[in-house]
Amino acid sequence: MNIFKLSIKNIFNKPLSSSISLALLVLGVGIISLLLQLNTLIKDQMDNNLRGIDMVVGAKGSPLQLILSSVYHIDSPTGNISLAEAETISNNRMVGSSIKILYGDNYKGFRIVGAEKKFIELYKGVIKEGKDWDNPYEVLVGSKVYEKLKINLGDELISSHGLRETGQSHDEGTFKVVGLLKPSNSVIDQLIITSPQSVWDIHETHDHDEHEHEHEHEHDNREITAMLIKFKSPMNIIQFPRQINENTNLQAAVPSYEISRLFKLFGFGIETLSYLAYLIIIVSGFSLFINLFNSMRERKYEMALIRTLGASRFQLSTMIIFESLVLTISGFILGLLFSRFGVMFVSSLMEESINYNLNSLKILNEEYWLLGLSVLIGVVSSLIPAIQVYKMNISKILADA
Amino acid sequence: MLKTKEVEFNYDNQMFFKFQNIDLNSNENLLIIGESGVGKTTLMHLLAGLLKSNSGSIKLFDKELNQMSSYQLDSFRKNNIGIVFQRPHFVNSLTVKENLQLAQYIANKNDNNRIESILKNLNIFEKSNKKTNQLSQGEKQRVSIALAIVNSPKLILADEPTSSLDDNNCSKVIKLLKKQATDFGAQLIVITHDSRLKKHFKKSIEL
Repeated sequence: MNIFKLSIKNIFNKPLSSSISLALLVLGVGIISLLLQLNTLIKDQMDNNLRGIDMVVGAKGSPLQLILSSVYHIDSPTGNISLAEAETISNNRMVGSSIKILYGDNYKGFRIVGAEKKFIELYKGVIKEGKDWDNPYEVLVGSKVYEKLKINLGDELISSHGLRETGQSHDEGTFKVVGLLKPSNSVIDQLIITSPQSVWDIHETHDHDEHEHEHEHEHDNREITAMLIKFKSPMNIIQFPRQINENTNLQAAVPSYEISRLFKLFGFGIETLSYLAYLIIIVSGFSLFINLFNSMRERKYEMALIRTLGASRFQLSTMIIFESLVLTISGFILGLLFSRFGVMFVSSLMEESINYNLNSLKILNEEYWLLGLSVLIGVVSSLIPAIQVYKMNISKILADA
Repeated sequence: MLKTKEVEFNYDNQMFFKFQNIDLNSNENLLIIGESGVGKTTLMHLLAGLLKSNSGSIKLFDKELNQMSSYQLDSFRKNNIGIVFQRPHFVNSLTVKENLQLAQYIANKNDNNRIESILKNLNIFEKSNKKTNQLSQGEKQRVSIALAIVNSPKLILADEPTSSLDDNNCSKVIKLLKKQATDFGAQLIVITHDSRLKKHFKKSIEL
């Protein structure tokens, strides 16, 4: 038996009031830590996929939609643009490098992207098994796709039209898996990548079926969905997008700008929610204080007894502070666990819908601050009860009994 | 062993007590008897070092209590004095055994054999692992005696140990206290208004 053990026994002796303070603290710490984790993970993930793309050119529409669809592959594209127009832009002297991508099909919900080979280099994709594509209809498959769908080298994938699983399937759209990519922790993990020619070929025949009367036009009507551009100089980011938006019927969007706009949009919600969570932590501090204060009155005889057994004032005050700290520190630990389960839950939800994986459970710097805050709450809320115990007049208490 | 001289005490200038001198030799037990309101509990708290007198001297085991700091008194108490209260008090979150272990911990001791032998001697060994609020009144009283003697005090102070008991139980408890004091080599001072106890003590003083 010692003072620390006694503190713990005292906590368990009052399970109801102890668990209310604990639950409030777990909730407060949990929400804040969950927000921090999600914010960091999403930002990391977003930034990771943004690297090397200064500007995206696509069809007119919402700039955010253009970024989400062609950089993050989570929204529908704004439409298609003609290859010829895209070529004009990529030949501009301000453009360092450009990658054309085009969509059309999916295989069981995973997008099939026609792209130049530079696309894979952009995301530092490395072939784990097999080889690069050489011919149309040969595909490289991202790590999450083959893990989830159990795709092996040499398998044949019959694609469906559109970006959702429910699209009609083309008989022509049979792709052959020639390579599997290593996990790269970027968007290519959840893509099936092929040459642009494959996508053109499929839709050529496809368009024949539906619009035969258009066939009389003999010019190059090949289209792409978007073009990812890196400038020669970062300075161009100010001027060049505006030129495109004003002078052509294409749309240019700057990912870093759109993403920070997006974060501002839901940053407001995050801020409000975290204020609420801090409020909950403060309330938990009050509840802790009231608990200790009440139990002090209920336990004044046993405090007096412990003093008459020879314990010093200091030992008794320490016991009270221990009781509070045990609660707040376990509240902090449980709060972190709560947030980790929350992150896993959210990422499993997101993986279902947008094939993103956010799993990383490292402790953030801000969470060390949360630990500090929890300890502070523990000390502050036990200070007055501890001082009361310190100044307690044992003779008076025992005489009143 | 105990020598008091012109001890005076007043609570906030309202109640004033002047106690008669006590002179107690080693190996003697003492009964201090008095009506309500004559300061019995005050005297006990003075002897236990829970209160400090305004004037006079209390010499216990050759130490002058009035000259000790509050910290020294705590430490003196845990090494020399066991207290049996009028109403038994325990740490409610602990079992009987854990209460005794806590008392030992406070006195920097750790001796489960002694706890076992005390509980057996008091016939409550089978209650070792019960929470104290699950005990009957009689059992509580015996546990509070166990708490008083667990650290082998040289002096046991008992405050009204028999006030709420019938004749039969009264004599049982006082015999038990005396036996425990003898068995574990301590002197006993009982402070009470209960005149039934007179016949159990050779030496008594009236306040």
